[in-house]
Amino acid sequence: MGSTVAEIFETMDYGPAPESADPALAWLAACGREILPFIDGAFRRPAVDEFFDTLSPADGKPLARVAQGGAAEVDAAVAAARSAQPGWWALGGHGRARHLYALARHVQKNARLLAVLETMDNGKPIRETRDLDVPLVARHFYHHAGWAQLMERELPGYVPVGVAGQIIPWNFPLLMLAWKIAPALAMGNTVVLKPAEFTPLTAAAFAGICRDAGLPPGVVNVVQGDGRTGELLVRHPGVDKIAFTGSTEVGRLIREATAGTGKRLSLELGGKSPFLVFDDADLDGAVEGVVDAIWFNQGEVCCAGSRLLVHEGVAETLYAKLRARMETLRVGDPRDKAIDIGAIIAPVQLERIERLVRQGVEEGATLWQPSWSCPREGWFYPPTLFTDVAPAATIAQVEIFGPVLVAMTFRTPEEALELANNTRFGLAASVWTENVNLALEIAAKVKAGTVWINCTNQFDAASGFGGYRESGFGREGGKEGLWEYVRPGWEAVGKEERDGKDGQVAKDTEEAEEPGGLPAIDRTAKLYIGGKQSRPDGELVRQVFSPSGRLLGEVGEGNRKDVRNAVEAARKAQPGWAKATAHNRAQVLYYVAENLAARSEDFSRRIAALTGAGADGAGREVDLAIRRLFTYAAWADKYAGRVQAVPQKNFTFAVHEPLGTLGLVCPDEQPLLAFVSLVAPAVALGNAVVAVPSERWPLAATDLYQVFDTSDVPGGVVNIVTGARDALAGVLAAHDDLDGLWYFAGREGSAAVERLSTGNLKRTWVSNGHARDWADPQQGEGEDFLREALQVKNIWTPFGE
Amino acid sequence: MDLDLRNPGTPLDLEWVRDVRVNTSAVERRAATLPKRRTVKKNWQAAWYLRAVTCMDLTTLQGDDTPGRVARLCAKARRPIRQDLLDALGVAHLDLRVASVCVYHQLIAPAREALAGSGIPVCAVSAGFPAGQSPYNLRLAEIRESVAAGAEEIDIVISRAHVLTGDWQALYDEVRAFREACGPAHLKAILATGELGTLRNVARASRVALMAGADFIKTSTGKEKANATLPVSLVMVRAIRDYRERTGFRAGFKPAGGISTAKQSADWLALMKEELGLDWMRRDLFRLGASSLLGDIERQLEHHVTGRYSASFRHPLA
Repeated sequence: MGSTVAEIFETMDYGPAPESADPALAWLAACGREILPFIDGAFRRPAVDEFFDTLSPADGKPLARVAQGGAAEVDAAVAAARSAQPGWWALGGHGRARHLYALARHVQKNARLLAVLETMDNGKPIRETRDLDVPLVARHFYHHAGWAQLMERELPGYVPVGVAGQIIPWNFPLLMLAWKIAPALAMGNTVVLKPAEFTPLTAAAFAGICRDAGLPPGVVNVVQGDGRTGELLVRHPGVDKIAFTGSTEVGRLIREATAGTGKRLSLELGGKSPFLVFDDADLDGAVEGVVDAIWFNQGEVCCAGSRLLVHEGVAETLYAKLRARMETLRVGDPRDKAIDIGAIIAPVQLERIERLVRQGVEEGATLWQPSWSCPREGWFYPPTLFTDVAPAATIAQVEIFGPVLVAMTFRTPEEALELANNTRFGLAASVWTENVNLALEIAAKVKAGTVWINCTNQFDAASGFGGYRESGFGREGGKEGLWEYVRPGWEAVGKEERDGKDGQVAKDTEEAEEPGGLPAIDRTAKLYIGGKQSRPDGELVRQVFSPSGRLLGEVGEGNRKDVRNAVEAARKAQPGWAKATAHNRAQVLYYVAENLAARSEDFSRRIAALTGAGADGAGREVDLAIRRLFTYAAWADKYAGRVQAVPQKNFTFAVHEPLGTLGLVCPDEQPLLAFVSLVAPAVALGNAVVAVPSERWPLAATDLYQVFDTSDVPGGVVNIVTGARDALAGVLAAHDDLDGLWYFAGREGSAAVERLSTGNLKRTWVSNGHARDWADPQQGEGEDFLREALQVKNIWTPFGE
Repeated sequence: MDLDLRNPGTPLDLEWVRDVRVNTSAVERRAATLPKRRTVKKNWQAAWYLRAVTCMDLTTLQGDDTPGRVARLCAKARRPIRQDLLDALGVAHLDLRVASVCVYHQLIAPAREALAGSGIPVCAVSAGFPAGQSPYNLRLAEIRESVAAGAEEIDIVISRAHVLTGDWQALYDEVRAFREACGPAHLKAILATGELGTLRNVARASRVALMAGADFIKTSTGKEKANATLPVSLVMVRAIRDYRERTGFRAGFKPAGGISTAKQSADWLALMKEELGLDWMRRDLFRLGASSLLGDIERQLEHHVTGRYSASFRHPLA
């Protein structure tokens, strides 16, 4: 290939257009090609002399040696973060806003260095680091400077979680750093961040920026290392929260490791996101969408649109267009400004891609790759299209994390949705059609945290990002992302002070007299499943006693099969209940309240007999339960979401969707009020629930069957399984068709729930043995309950004609 | 241009016209990222700029154009780049010249005279340029007279009203008639996209003009409020691609109006390369309508040769 002007005049080739490596080389030289942990405002030599190399994926050559953070570094970093945190919080929202603003400015001033460094360390094209990563990083800090400024007004009564341990992946090293650090700092937390071992450079450069920008020492700490360092951080007792982005496998390990520790957890995990193309789509636009979906960042994107679902009638046309487009993609030196696909992060990842592609071929799918070949030096993989892929194929199910697209066809929108949702993941989806009705229908029904209509891989700090199902929980960005880093101020301040109490039992225990005369007709409360009372599978009953030991009645002893049946009933009822309008759900809750009020004396007497609360106390509990029902009936049609102010020409709707099926494990105390306090918010937002009432005094809840039956609550929306609380909670936690589980009882039970939830990574909300005063509106009701009952779906809807 | 390769047109297929799907925001994103995905540097940049020169319809369309003014332009068309720069670039043997000189009807004769022996065709704007609102028979007559006067290329304007009212048959008939009036001269159909309202209208008008036998479709007269843009161009080149896939016929593309920097010319060449391929980077299928673009390219080429930034007065006037 000639390179004289005359020769090129004929070939019209692109030629090399490398971005200079100089700023990065100068930075590497300045740090002696040695990356050290950043602790308490300074780079420190590690206690143990263990280093590893970080390599450039474009040529496999080492860029720098990196200190492997050990226990000494993690301890020191956590201690620094711990001691800096009170001062950082005390600085106030405005003070923190100034610092975040300064960080944003410094990121912009160092934009070229950060972009080149990232490209060299990660292998992604300079176009992407320059035009996407770094600008988004700056935007994230600007946006969260705003949240720091507004925190007191917008999140009144909330305080920081404390010290956040943050573990980020190698695919967007600096961007993930920003997604983690900006909201944590804005909300008054301090952080210890562990970058991925493959890509430690930009985090070190950012640490230098923190120092130069005058961030107080200890607010941001960075400890490099491999999984061992991550594990030290995850298990460190001084960390209050873990935020993790990475693989679902590691996410599970972290869920297990933090179970029962009281550490808050947010997980942003894998995906196999569908990319749906309908026959009325702009196919050329969709082709470019695919390029942005799966050939962006080498396909090493958790939300990559890696499953192409095409309307059968246009499939061949689209595939032909795609193949033509793939021929014009350019793979090569990531520093080249005219490169579309850079280098794969490491040989291990390249091997994984090659292995899965081989498997795809073996399983019968049709492989297509462009005619040109990739560079020999470095780790590259060509854009790849698989057609004739069955949903049962391995490549259709597992995350490949490479530039490999699998395509299959559908006949109807319904089938498209079925295929789209036929996955354990739920991170993102992309929908292509010129029909706004169809686009919104799919957006509403696809199970994904982000839906892009006629676009893909759009990001902004103002819009939350995160998954459904096994793609994790928690959101990053937007107001919804802030909740990961705050807790209600009423919870006692120090961790230690919050420990100890396991269930608060009503104090005034005076037993009500049973009315004399004839013996009562024997009534054994059955389980309540699918709107029907059903005998427990085990044919066993459990006796319920008053505080003084008098036998008050019997309830069914639920077992695994009863839980199974209840979850099935909830799953069946949930879609219809969610589809019922918010107004309808409110009406049903008001009706429940009305019918409860009509029987308030019965319930008062029951509670008095059960808990010994006394007539006044029991009457108050019933009254509060009625008020609580009103509260959530009121909220039902007032919590639909918001519109995010993203810079794109776009309506981005943050839609509040019900989590789906929810398990609710109630505390012993205040057996009616606590039950209602958990069930009402969950069903108000369209969830169907399986509730395990107070183990000790379940009769207050089982008495509600009749109220539900007379209040138009559809069968299966509320299911009640009585019995041994922790055994039932364990079955619920391990049930893979349950989307969330709330547990408000003991510490050990909380730990077990978190540990057992890893099967489908369901969202859990546990009390860790800390009691709530359900009568206190601050503790017993409010938006916390609503937020835990929903998941936010951000729907990106571009406009323009 | 080989006559056999001319787009003969096809019967009007209204279903294909109505089947247009253009998602504006997707087009805008592609157009916005394309110049950031592709760039050329050093020798490649110089070569691309030279190629842009050879695809240029060097244009003057002013009320005060005179034979003298046009003669000067033609001289520039023959020798668009200073000889010393061509020598330094090692391309003196390529016999670089622009694709055509584009003028109003009255200046065809002086242009032909000034270009005699150069092989550079004269292009005339016609059919009631720029608004296309003169009587239909006069527009046809204007084309015939321009061809008779020696114009080898005719840039006609379409009736925007046909597009805006969705009268595709009328648009088809009009362009078809213009094409017939052109005889052997090549027809470039100016869609005046700045006045068509939507990108979907641009796509529909493109399809109709191609079926009616336009040799080229062209974005703008340079007189509309909005000139050639990358989004509009993307929609038009995709129409050319679809037409080729449907019929096997090749038609050319000419962005015009507002393209005044060397960098822009490279962006448009990249657009052609990406969406249509190498064949559409040659002047038989790609033209750049421009008047001031050449000056910027010359300055950039001198910078490439000398490493110093140039000034416009160092290059002979057009």
